Amino acid sequence: MSTEIRFILNGNEIQMQVEDHWTLLHLLREVIGLSGTKEGCGSGECGACTVIVDGQAINSCLYLAPEINDRELLTIEGLAAADGTLHPLQQSFVENGGIQCGFCSPGMIMSSKALLYENPAPTVDDIKHALAGNLCRCTGYTQIFDSVQAATEKALGDVTVVAWKNGAQK
Amino acid sequence: MEVKQEFSTIGKRVPKLDAVDKATGRAQYIQDVKLPGMLYGKILYSKYPHAKIVKIDTSKAKKLNGVRVVLTGEDLPKIRMGVYKDNPPIKAGKVRSYRDEVAAVAATDPETAKKAIDLIEVTYESLPTIFDPIAAMEPDAPLVHENHKTNILKMPWKLHYGDVEAARQEAAHVVERRFTTTWVSHCCLGTSGAIADFDNANNLTIRTNTQIPSLAQKDFQETLTALGIENKRVRVLKPIVGGGFGSKLDTYAYEHVAILLAWKARQPVKILFDREEEFIATSTRQPTIIDIAMGCDKDGKLLFRDIQMVLDNGAYTSWGVTTPSVMMMPITSLYRVPNVRYEAKCVYTNNTYAQAMRGYGNPQATFAIESAMDMLAEAADFDRVEIRRINANQPGDETPQGFKITTCGLPECIDAVEKTLDPDKPKSEGEGIGIASLIHVGGGARIYKSDGCGTIIKLDDFGKADVFTGASDMGQGADTVLAQIVSEQLGLVVEDIHVIHNDTDICPWDVGAHASRTTFVAGNAAIGAARQIRSRILEMGAKALEVPLPELALRNRQVFVKSDPEKSIAIDKLLRKAHFSHGGTMMMADYFYDPANENMGRDFKGNMSMTYAFGTHGVRVKVDKETGKVEILDYVAAHDVGRAINPMLLDGQVHGGVMMGVGYALTEQVILDKGRNMNPDFRDYKILTAKDAVALTPIVIETDDPDGPYGAKGIGEPGCVPTAPAIANAIYDAIGVRITDLPITPERVLKAIKEKKGVDSCGIDPLTDKEQPC
Repeated sequence: MSTEIRFILNGNEIQMQVEDHWTLLHLLREVIGLSGTKEGCGSGECGACTVIVDGQAINSCLYLAPEINDRELLTIEGLAAADGTLHPLQQSFVENGGIQCGFCSPGMIMSSKALLYENPAPTVDDIKHALAGNLCRCTGYTQIFDSVQAATEKALGDVTVVAWKNGAQK
Repeated sequence: MEVKQEFSTIGKRVPKLDAVDKATGRAQYIQDVKLPGMLYGKILYSKYPHAKIVKIDTSKAKKLNGVRVVLTGEDLPKIRMGVYKDNPPIKAGKVRSYRDEVAAVAATDPETAKKAIDLIEVTYESLPTIFDPIAAMEPDAPLVHENHKTNILKMPWKLHYGDVEAARQEAAHVVERRFTTTWVSHCCLGTSGAIADFDNANNLTIRTNTQIPSLAQKDFQETLTALGIENKRVRVLKPIVGGGFGSKLDTYAYEHVAILLAWKARQPVKILFDREEEFIATSTRQPTIIDIAMGCDKDGKLLFRDIQMVLDNGAYTSWGVTTPSVMMMPITSLYRVPNVRYEAKCVYTNNTYAQAMRGYGNPQATFAIESAMDMLAEAADFDRVEIRRINANQPGDETPQGFKITTCGLPECIDAVEKTLDPDKPKSEGEGIGIASLIHVGGGARIYKSDGCGTIIKLDDFGKADVFTGASDMGQGADTVLAQIVSEQLGLVVEDIHVIHNDTDICPWDVGAHASRTTFVAGNAAIGAARQIRSRILEMGAKALEVPLPELALRNRQVFVKSDPEKSIAIDKLLRKAHFSHGGTMMMADYFYDPANENMGRDFKGNMSMTYAFGTHGVRVKVDKETGKVEILDYVAAHDVGRAINPMLLDGQVHGGVMMGVGYALTEQVILDKGRNMNPDFRDYKILTAKDAVALTPIVIETDDPDGPYGAKGIGEPGCVPTAPAIANAIYDAIGVRITDLPITPERVLKAIKEKKGVDSCGIDPLTDKEQPC
């Protein structure tokens, strides 16, 4: 069975047919060809596949593709500006050692982005809470916390990078 | 005061070269690579821990639409993987563990491959099993490999320096205890995978996650030879690796199976593990059963260390079996100990088999040694820090194993941890502190006949350098450290340096990313190549500026006169001149650096590393006596790193290493029930999360090693070495129970508390037999 869906992907409107059993992760990686979103476990335990749907961080491996209909989706590929300028969070992860092997990084950055959207001035405990579902084996997390904190100031004025359709009133 | 040399990039927090690609999702992992016409391979694993394969019926699988190749062990030429050559990539005749590969398919898409695997019918006849390595040594135990005649591997792990028996008689205080450590998994976030592809002339290109491109090339070559493909090229391409930690130090069945399938299909074949497969079919850290005895004189000086070990080898042999060679290092050389005896037996069982993992046996041995150090301090009535200070290694020492200690910051590490942790600070109920130290190779490690690494540097017309290195980056930042070193040498900036480390067709030879050797060995190789180019640039600068060469220096893309920095010429200009002139010359240099370390002899003596890394960890814990839960309040990790070439990446290694060590100490275990993995997912296998991150203070002790590149030693592994004993010692300090088995779960802590009280874990008081509420 397939369904016709329309959604906004990184600011661009998309209209397409999707199979009902596809996950959003499959749609992104295998059908659309955006491989920045990673699969680390396929069962919602590691957070490597985190993307933002209507302002909320979700595990795209547990999210059925047809559910994205009429929603706004932001992936790691949509974070930097069109001219390639990094989003403050990306810049901060780069500059503060938040990235080693990098496999968790897209998910980490997207979870952080969703956190800053809800809470522009998070404490370290807030960051730990927001990233509790994103596993990292390399960094021991500390430099990831540093990265998010360092980006907080820069990111304050940044909520307009993607204008949410449904989540904006939160 | 001595004026310190000022550096442009050495000692700076330079971001990882590939960090932007990784932050934007552009980095290509094996997961992301697709080739035209690529098939998807899948492996069928055994349903039994030990059984005869009576029959395999692949006919239904072969008939499935989209299936291109089905392979069983019977279809394979003789290929044997691993150091003991006991492991065919697909098993024929019998299976010896649940992770045994029984068949493999290649199909047009992953779903079809999976369906085909499910259609293969295997008839097994179960055989008697053996899961306990001690029982497996009994003469009547079921044999895992019949032709091996015994389950005990013929490995030479036995040494005796000095006279342990005499020292034991002499000792004023002796402690003895058994410690055990279990299987843990590397848990790289990026799962394993490989793509094999033959060209029309039968040359193989294999894209694979590896830490050993050059040695893997040799393994794959052997598989080609077995297939009858002679004198062909093997090109190993390394995509961005999603975590290593030792897991990619060998070649595995999935890589060889991908080659076999691709050969048969004449199409590229990709095998990619899912997470469950990653847990079940990749190798673990080597589990151990350790009996230690250690004694000191009345002044607290160590007299002897006596260790017997049994290692559960599992059903096949990878590098886990050689971890005793590294365990020897802390056993003979952590603290001054004149008399040492060590024997390790590696025993086949029907369990999974182990591999290299960060620290390579050192965390297991150090757990026993440093726990016993605290027991000895208590027995001899010495302060726990003091006894370590009394016995600390010192510069200029030669250890019983023949390790020549050059620079040694161990005393400084102990002092720094004591000062930062402040053991005299009042403790609340359930609080305790513990410390533990480490020694590790810091200047390469001569495991093979060579410990070498090659580097080629090539400059273009515009002042940009390509650095081709044998070193393997897997996220730790080897590429970045090399770029810093080359830019420092050549007076360029880091952005001018492009490090290529992913292609055996163009990268020089190297033995691999192991033994914390990359910064030291590849760093020195890079310096060797860069120096040649540096002197040529200086020569050209001297000519152009008409100034004697010794008066010149390189910095900021310029050659300039030291006494008159305004007088300068741009390096790129000189480069163009070198290329664009009659009798021009290529600005290119190569260097092979092989450190002056030694192979161990038959007696295991030899200065394995050019220099040794030291460190001390201290931890303050709080133990909840009701629940058994251990909370880490404070953690201090002091490391002698020689020199911090990149303090940010260095901190990353320490933070990451310590967190891996804390997981090893408290939460992580592969639970095998009669050989079957019971927790192959992140829900049940507990690596630490952001919420578990410990408050860690890294302390960097710089000893400026004369042999290290800019004075640096290796630091990749040390972070996870003394973590478990530091925590176990803190728990003892907090509540007076000695936990001897890893991981230190709340259940184990509660059991120990109850045993101490004289109540066993079921709540039965052994003295009265009276039942109490559990």
